[in-house]
Amino acid sequence: MNADILVIGGGLHGLSAALQSARRGASVILVERHFLGRHASGATAAGVRTLGRDPAELPLSLEAAGMWHEMAELVSDDCGFTACGQLQVAEDEAALSKIKARVRALQSKGFMHETMIGLEEMQELVPDLSPHCLGGAWVSGDGSADPHRTICAFRDAALRAGVEIHEECLVTGLQRRNDRWQAQTSRGVFEASIIVNAGGAWADQVAALAGEPVQQSIRTSMMVVTERTQTRVKPVVSSLGKKLSFKQTAQGTMVIGGGSQGRLAADRQSASVDFVALAASVGAAVRLFPKTKGLRIVRTWAGMEAMTRDHLPVIGFSRGAPGLIHAFGFSGHGFQLVPSVGRVVADLACKGQTRHDLGAFDVERLSKERAAA
Amino acid sequence: MTYDVVVIGAGPAGMSAAIQLRKAGIAVAAVDEQAAPGGQIWRGVERNAGPVSAALGADYQKGATLVEAFRDSGAEYLPATQVWQIEEGWNLFLTSEGKARRIKARAVLLANGAQERPVPFPGWTLPGVMTVGAAQILLKSGGMLPEGEVWIAGAGPLPLLYATQVLGLEGRIAGFLDTSKRPGLAALSSLPGAWRDIPGLLKGVRWLWDLKRSGRMVRGFSDLHAEGEGRLQHLQWRAGNEQRKVRADVLLVHEGVVPRIHETMALGCVHDWNSDQNYFSARLDQWGETSRPGLFVAGDAGGIGGWLAATLSGEIAALGIARYLGGSPDADSLRREAGLDERLSRARALRPFLDALYPPPAEHLADEVVVCRCEEVTAGQIRAVAKVSAPDPNAVKAATRCGMGPCQGRQCGYTVQALVAEVHGLPLADVSFFNIRPPLKPVTLGEIAALGDLEEA
Repeated sequence: MNADILVIGGGLHGLSAALQSARRGASVILVERHFLGRHASGATAAGVRTLGRDPAELPLSLEAAGMWHEMAELVSDDCGFTACGQLQVAEDEAALSKIKARVRALQSKGFMHETMIGLEEMQELVPDLSPHCLGGAWVSGDGSADPHRTICAFRDAALRAGVEIHEECLVTGLQRRNDRWQAQTSRGVFEASIIVNAGGAWADQVAALAGEPVQQSIRTSMMVVTERTQTRVKPVVSSLGKKLSFKQTAQGTMVIGGGSQGRLAADRQSASVDFVALAASVGAAVRLFPKTKGLRIVRTWAGMEAMTRDHLPVIGFSRGAPGLIHAFGFSGHGFQLVPSVGRVVADLACKGQTRHDLGAFDVERLSKERAAA
Repeated sequence: MTYDVVVIGAGPAGMSAAIQLRKAGIAVAAVDEQAAPGGQIWRGVERNAGPVSAALGADYQKGATLVEAFRDSGAEYLPATQVWQIEEGWNLFLTSEGKARRIKARAVLLANGAQERPVPFPGWTLPGVMTVGAAQILLKSGGMLPEGEVWIAGAGPLPLLYATQVLGLEGRIAGFLDTSKRPGLAALSSLPGAWRDIPGLLKGVRWLWDLKRSGRMVRGFSDLHAEGEGRLQHLQWRAGNEQRKVRADVLLVHEGVVPRIHETMALGCVHDWNSDQNYFSARLDQWGETSRPGLFVAGDAGGIGGWLAATLSGEIAALGIARYLGGSPDADSLRREAGLDERLSRARALRPFLDALYPPPAEHLADEVVVCRCEEVTAGQIRAVAKVSAPDPNAVKAATRCGMGPCQGRQCGYTVQALVAEVHGLPLADVSFFNIRPPLKPVTLGEIAALGDLEEA
């Protein structure tokens, strides 16, 4: 089986890169070892957030924000995205001054997406918010999407664009011969000029197969979903310094995340929920929204996602392996970046370059060889 | 609090194991959801007396002896308590009286029994349609009988037993729609083994005879529909070329029971597929230990065997746990001396016959039938998604929300598995089950938040 581009990993970043490459006329095969969206893409809180982003990610994040607002143009579906706004509250004076400093610094560089809001405006936006909150940063164009609907929309668009998708297809070997990659998989041998490594929590294994060992760890962020409730919380709410993000879905359930970590199994293939650690996020949620105390939890889980030392992703060409493009290591905040990173990876795969400065995302900073030297 | 062993479930298996463990001087906590010991089979046995107890029969009354021995065993009994999370090591998270807490154990025994196999059909979600098991809980809890035109549809020992109990209390059954198969060659060939349990077999014959004498018995029908405006009013089915319609106020359904597997599934234990009865159960060694060291299963939770087999597998697991904890080097000889294996194989003798007589239903499910009650997902929606997904129920779950509701797939899990197998042309055994996410029982945000200040209580 031959193609111009072989994408390894059927999460949203793999799908987005495959879709946008195929739109540029490339022949694309995507392989996924389980089913599409099995890990981080299906386990995400699906926050569409520019708020609080690392400045290095902001150009990609702001481009993505624009694309989320026009998502139907990319995948013929809005992916359940609603621009309900994202609010980061300060629960004490120290948090408030940190938020103020950040927003000031952003604005001095010309980034005007975050604004400070006071107590009154906050109470208006989120009437059920506990009155001890002092103020916060607000991005009205941020919001959240439906992760499963997003996966289906990207899959369907990719299929329509001609991407060939193979699920339950595990890559076991990668060789470069005569300027082409040969990939051994559980479903036969695939050949392509370019390989995109969108392997998520297992991207380091893909990189190792291609001869470029990288240092990466695995995040196992936990999430909680409650029963449906009448309470209405419109924006996505987080609290500076607390492991908390809180939102209400279109179905009426409350989704609580924010980065409390579960337990990673010894074989690094699965993660499980640690309820004592989870209590930190849930406790923070109940303090912000006292009315939710009696809500019953229906489901919790621990997702799996690649994490880098500096929490920034790896995006760009490999330093050691020609024809290998990385797109992994989103460290728990990659969902919003899916449309723009897919655009950048498609540029690299189809044209060999992109107008974006990818310096901060260079794989070299995670190179195991450099660490050893 | 740290125990040597936490036993989950105070039915036949859990009580027998707790008694045995206490005899070996092991510190045991027995956690149970019910307010009194006995499990489903002996629910309310300490309280029920007179005509209700008489109607419930000899097997029911036998429970009183074991419950008394359990009460006297010295096991710490935690009634009305739900176990909502088990973490390897072993930490158990419990809730009682609205308060969550954690206890620790060196070993855990799951003796949490079975659940009725949910079998969707047109109208199964209408008020007025309930399971035979739920009706029997009402009977055992307060002697309550269903009123009006009461129909039973299903197969297996439980509907017959329940019908007999109702008739014994002068209740009325309008009719019985028997979905079991005629005993074919497979069933008959397993009879020599079954005959070793003559009392069990005679009881089955008596139930059937009682029922035929007292009401209508319908066999060889198909296409059962429950219908009504806002609640059950009629039943329809086809018999040959004839369409039949009857008035009905209550329909009690039952298509056998399957082990409770959410606990062992959530813990990632290895499971095997039972192709006679189409269910998963945790793979157990000869002592009832799962693939997770220190986690044991006894009774119907490890494979359906009935109450007598449950008591014996509970005793065996107790010996296995004592052996695991290092306190019982003579477990093998104790097991031999008590004749546990012979008694267990006698208790299970009728099982192959019952499995052949009551195979799991395999009727084609119409597209419009609701499969997931919590999220209202139909068979048609599931088929449509399965067609474009990898053959994995979790892909269906992600795309349809099927199995994401409060019951955590307990109602729809096997149906989704069967639909995925049907769409992809795979044997059932080749399709996995939903990934099970904690909590095992609903618990409130407030209870979890309070775990933050958790000390060893």
